[in-house]
Amino acid sequence: MEHHFFGSIGIMHYLIVSGLLFTFGICGIFLNRKNIITILMSIELILLAVNINFVAFSTMLGDLTGQIFALFVMAVAAAESSIGLAILVIYFRNRGTIAVEDVNMMKG
Amino acid sequence: MQALIPTVVFYVFASITLLAALGVITSKNPVHSVFFLILSFFSAAGLFILLGAEYIAMTLVIVYVGAVAVLFLFVVMMLDIDIVAMRQGFLRYLPVGIAVALVVFCELALAFYVSLDKPTAIAEATQIIPDSAELNNTKAIGKVLYTYYLYPFQMAGIILLIAMIGAIVLTLRTRPGVRKQVIAKQLARTRDQSVAIIKVKSGEGA
Repeated sequence: MEHHFFGSIGIMHYLIVSGLLFTFGICGIFLNRKNIITILMSIELILLAVNINFVAFSTMLGDLTGQIFALFVMAVAAAESSIGLAILVIYFRNRGTIAVEDVNMMKG
Repeated sequence: MQALIPTVVFYVFASITLLAALGVITSKNPVHSVFFLILSFFSAAGLFILLGAEYIAMTLVIVYVGAVAVLFLFVVMMLDIDIVAMRQGFLRYLPVGIAVALVVFCELALAFYVSLDKPTAIAEATQIIPDSAELNNTKAIGKVLYTYYLYPFQMAGIILLIAMIGAIVLTLRTRPGVRKQVIAKQLARTRDQSVAIIKVKSGEGA
């Protein structure tokens, strides 16, 4: 079961770190309701927490699949942030602000 | 002593990752947030190296610090943002944010605890990590990625291509009033369109 874990650090330590990171990401989305850039960065933090989970379990189980999946998560995260920032740029160009609390342009 | 060093390294990287994440969500200036995000990803890469996943760690540094963070920085600096207006509502949403965060963390801790307690919840390994002395992490990932996960790999490439095209199409615009050089138009000009010979009688010219 224990593949190559070092010292007294086990899977639980990594899970606690990733859980706290995920929580900070969720908290960031709630605290920065107006600033969509910080919301996008919080989403990146959440995806990083997920990646830490995948890699920690991959090492614990001695299974490469978790690391492969972390790579795919990274690819999707890069695509997501590029599209998100592109939408942000055209939104700023049209409205002159990035306040996202009252976004209703798509409401038919 | 030998076993102590990785423990200390883990705590250093983990605490820097978490403190930088706190900095991302609490700093006033979005530029500082981006820098904290870079620091967070850097220390997370250290954690990945500690876990023996060097390829993921290096990809994280290249993709996030090299590309995504620079993209964020470009956008933050390109847009003229009113920082004070952005901060409105921070204190109003603080209690509900902390409450939701607490609930999420308790649920995660519960799920981790239960899943680790039950050995049946953990599946058997399908792609076994080879001994790092004979095959390093990058080669092992390559051997699996280009065989078992070939189609998902191609799909990831297509997703990135679509994202690239989407970002270009979204931000492309034809601005009115911009004078561009059209070489075909210049070459198509004839002598009649551009030169006029006027005969002026002697003594009558202005």
